[in-house]
Amino acid sequence: MWRGTLGPSEVVVGVLAQGRRWFGTVMSSDTARVHLSVQERIEKKRKAALTGGGQLRIAAQHKRGKLTARERLELLLDPDSFVEYDMFVEHRCSDFGMEADHNKYPGDSVVTGQGRINGRLVYVFSQDFTVFGGSLSGAHAQKVCKIMDQAMMVGAPVIGLNDSGGARIQEGVESLAGYADIFLRNVMASGVVPQISLIMGPCAGGAVYSPALTDFTFMVKDTSYLFITGPDVVKSVTNEDVTQEELGGAKTHTTVSGVAHRAFENDIDALLNLRDFFNFLPLSNKDPAPVTECHDPRDRLVPGLDTIVPLESTKAYDMLDIVHGIVDEREFFEIMPNYAKNIVVGFARMNGRTVGIVGNQPKVASGCLDINSSVKGARFVRFCDAFNIPIITFVDVPGFLPGTAQEYGGIIRHGAKLLYAFAEATVPKITVITRKAYGGAYDVMSSKHLRGDVNYAWPSAEVAVMGAKGAVQIIFRGKENQAEAEAEYVEKFANPFPAAVRGFVDDIIQPSTTRKRICRDLEVLASKKQTNPWKKHANIPL
Amino acid sequence: IGEIACRVIKTCKKMGIKTVAVHSDVDSSAVHVKVADEAVCVGPAPTSKSYLNMDAIMNAIKQTGAQAVHPGYGFLSENKEFAKRLAAEGVTFIGPDTHAIQAMGDKIESKLIAKAAKVNTIPGFDGVVKDAEEAVKIAGEIGYPVMIKASAGGGGKGMRIAWNDEETREGFRFSSQEALSSFGDDRLLIEKFIDNPRHIEIQVLADKHGDALWLNERECSIQRRNQKVVEEAPSTFLDPDTRRAMGEQAVSLANAVKYSSAGTVEFLVDSKKNFYFLEMNTRLQVEHPITECITGLDLVQQMIRIAKGYKLQHKQSDIPINGWAVESRVYAEDPYKSFGLPSIGRLSQYQEPLDLPNVRVDSGIQEGSDISIYYDPMISKLVTYGKTREEALKKMEDALDNYVIRGVTHNIPLLREIIVHPRFVSGDISTKFLPEVYPDGFKGHMLTAGERRELLATAAALYVAAQLRSQKFLGDLRVSVVPAESRQWELCVELDKGVHMLGVSRSGNNYTVEIDGEKVEVSGEWNLASALLPITINGKHRTLQCLLRTAAGEISLQYLGTSFKLRVLSNLAASLSKHMPEKVPEDTSSILRSPMPGSVVAVSVKPGDNVAEGQEICVIEAMKMQNSMTAAKTAKVKSVHCKAGDTVGEGDLLVELE
Repeated sequence: MWRGTLGPSEVVVGVLAQGRRWFGTVMSSDTARVHLSVQERIEKKRKAALTGGGQLRIAAQHKRGKLTARERLELLLDPDSFVEYDMFVEHRCSDFGMEADHNKYPGDSVVTGQGRINGRLVYVFSQDFTVFGGSLSGAHAQKVCKIMDQAMMVGAPVIGLNDSGGARIQEGVESLAGYADIFLRNVMASGVVPQISLIMGPCAGGAVYSPALTDFTFMVKDTSYLFITGPDVVKSVTNEDVTQEELGGAKTHTTVSGVAHRAFENDIDALLNLRDFFNFLPLSNKDPAPVTECHDPRDRLVPGLDTIVPLESTKAYDMLDIVHGIVDEREFFEIMPNYAKNIVVGFARMNGRTVGIVGNQPKVASGCLDINSSVKGARFVRFCDAFNIPIITFVDVPGFLPGTAQEYGGIIRHGAKLLYAFAEATVPKITVITRKAYGGAYDVMSSKHLRGDVNYAWPSAEVAVMGAKGAVQIIFRGKENQAEAEAEYVEKFANPFPAAVRGFVDDIIQPSTTRKRICRDLEVLASKKQTNPWKKHANIPL
Repeated sequence: IGEIACRVIKTCKKMGIKTVAVHSDVDSSAVHVKVADEAVCVGPAPTSKSYLNMDAIMNAIKQTGAQAVHPGYGFLSENKEFAKRLAAEGVTFIGPDTHAIQAMGDKIESKLIAKAAKVNTIPGFDGVVKDAEEAVKIAGEIGYPVMIKASAGGGGKGMRIAWNDEETREGFRFSSQEALSSFGDDRLLIEKFIDNPRHIEIQVLADKHGDALWLNERECSIQRRNQKVVEEAPSTFLDPDTRRAMGEQAVSLANAVKYSSAGTVEFLVDSKKNFYFLEMNTRLQVEHPITECITGLDLVQQMIRIAKGYKLQHKQSDIPINGWAVESRVYAEDPYKSFGLPSIGRLSQYQEPLDLPNVRVDSGIQEGSDISIYYDPMISKLVTYGKTREEALKKMEDALDNYVIRGVTHNIPLLREIIVHPRFVSGDISTKFLPEVYPDGFKGHMLTAGERRELLATAAALYVAAQLRSQKFLGDLRVSVVPAESRQWELCVELDKGVHMLGVSRSGNNYTVEIDGEKVEVSGEWNLASALLPITINGKHRTLQCLLRTAAGEISLQYLGTSFKLRVLSNLAASLSKHMPEKVPEDTSSILRSPMPGSVVAVSVKPGDNVAEGQEICVIEAMKMQNSMTAAKTAKVKSVHCKAGDTVGEGDLLVELE
């Protein structure tokens, strides 16, 4: 192991000097010469490793608007904190001339090790596009597996910086085996330590499944791509004309496919944001959600919330206004902000403690639940539950989206995912019904019945089977005086009381006090212990 | 937005009078509704259907049994019809009687009455001018400079200013030609041109017993598009004799129309202190608080007393000028566009600087309020008071710096610049102040080299404070945190395309920032949650505001009123920045697409309309919910691709902007 990345460090020299003293008396001049040459070779290899594929390829990488694997690690990690592993590992391919010296690069096409982000431990690998296009050799995979194994033993997150052309074709099945070795570890580590992928270049073919298995996939706009098969193959198979960007660029994956969770402007922006994001996460499933120093008073009132829900129940408002008002310092790291926008999910802090926020977004499709929003919400809830992050849910949901597109698409089984996720979660769960909580969607959204720990209603809350109009049409079918009946229904059900008298909400609170209440509840619930029945694993409706 | 209602209710509460607020649908949770004892909704958002809806207001009066109506300003405050209807119902109108409203409401009539009351009016001639020589003769009688324009022409169209005989002949030719060709009416108006006029108005107070007082002047010369921006009382320009002369004329005008209640006589004052009657406002003025500050009177209370029929409490000799008061009109406006184009939005954060002494804020809004397109975009009136003008202005600087407004664009940058501008500070102002001082439009505060260093240093210190806090984890940790121990930072700060290398060292809350060889000392509490950033820079106290701070090093600071965008990066990140591709931001703001399938309920614009950023363009209903689609920028509507009743699919083009 060797600390730092900027030229030979004093640590190494120190160890060698000691060694020389130790062997000094018995060493012949020959062994001394050999030893000196070893010393030279070490230096040479290290130097070679630091330059990766060489200055020309580094320049080409820069020209593409991308940083090198090492530059990226320097930006991601605290200064001088990187501890590199396997700098001397070389690929073992002996076909197609690969065995030639000029085709060997110390460290091969990936840089691995551990370091610190804001002082906290993290394991990292950074694929080096300047060495064989970052392609995955057996050795490359072995290096990645090594740090993943250690991360799991120690209990620290793994961050992968992906920039790879794909499998090392020359190695054939060895490369495929390497991918599978990584996949297995991704799966084993899932729910044990947080895993984050940042796609900073191409990531195609089988390679995409490693990021897909990790908890979060972030992309860099315009310079990163994720696809199973590229535009050429697509053209030959389906005769579709599509560009790389359209097929698998950041925009596609953050707005259409939902494969990526967030996209950033460029390498620097992405890495700085990743540092920020990392601070929200616990190191492992054994650690509580982190608590940072907080300057925002926990008992701060938020007067703006008292007027945010419009009096007309058909009028929209922005759920993000509520979220920003309530969380610490208006800071909300939204996950998938441009996909299934009818649900809002992301991380924030309450009195310094990380929380996961889930909220229906009335501004988009009335905040209804559909296939995409259910899947988006479910995956987020499960991450929070796996890593001890309390979940705060803001409910304003008119129901599930009707229609053939939804039914044929399987809204039943997809909607079940969100229901399942909320029901199985054992972390502290706090729910605030801001307005509508209609029908089955009421049950789904972290209701009391799904073991919600604290469920609040705002005075504007309406907990009911459906809206007044629809309900009256059913209850009073064919009868006259529908308008009168509707008014009666509204009077009876379009308010928080039916739920409150049954204890389905714990209290009706003044919206401006919501932050204060939640902060207090979270303190109490910090010691919550709840376990689900023993099982090999549960069977979420995938 | 309800500001004046709140103001009136405040005095009513003091006087033990119960209040009823009227409001429109959208204002049902407005502040004036909350502070009133009762409230009645008088209709939907458009003013013609609510605040101008006399029937509904009369109903509200009957329904609540109200005995009197204070009309505030704007809306029905100078509507004689309304006053008449109230009188017919036996309800007191807190204002002058119908006759005075009518007489002063007519520009020509008011001028004739003023002339008869020996009030200075602008000398002029209105009629057929035979030839150029007659024009010269008339001009000579009026005295140069004169303004020549077609009688029938509106606004400044075809207006000519003449400073001598030659220019008068030229102006005559031009204006009479235009008068004939454009309006088919060759009458000309030749009037004294008031060069560099100041707008100075006299507050009067008259009772129903024939007594009237003048409560000194207010100077309202700082205007844009004929709307007042900054007002002060008294004026730097008036000497006691001029003041008395103006006051006495104002009172004689009030007497001439048997005026009762509070009213304002507006004058134009030229550079030689000649003053000319402009018009009389028969209501409480927006800027009345500054008069209250220097006279100690509560004008609303006086109006109510007078309406009740009481005699004036004071004699003219009782009316003092105590100290100096300045009022800034804080608007939800973008000051960088024509000194202020309306903006709308939700006040996500709002904090008035009320903890400062001698600061008064009259507003009708609170955090969470919506600034809508329906009403005036005024957020508040910020009034500061001091023993001297310097003191009042210094207080205004502090108040503006400590005023937190987030969620809408506001004009504090402009206000903050005006009150420190050397011409304003010296009192050298006129109604042309803004266009003269900012001929190319307002561009925000121009930083001096020293201010630039202060700003850079503050951003750097804030960045480091935030970095240090992000390493502070509380509680027992299984794996120990190893923070990067550093007391020294090498940073690169970008500001307006300028890049600066900074060295920062820290000791506790004190930061020493080295910029181009100069050292700047910055210290403060560094509360990263607070909107205000009170700090000491090189021993000077300053309040900045942090508007934005992102993980990628972007920091926006409001400094001296103007917001500045900075980016702070480590030297490493900055040196690698050169490899990052330049990006041309894709402009999607000019195309509005339906975000979901639904039906179009209403389209609020048509091609050629000008829309403000955030203004509603159309409403799409889906799932029985109405979603308001808004303009992403201020622009003109190019084309409209939907109409009410249409069914649209997700991604369908609705409206294109230019």
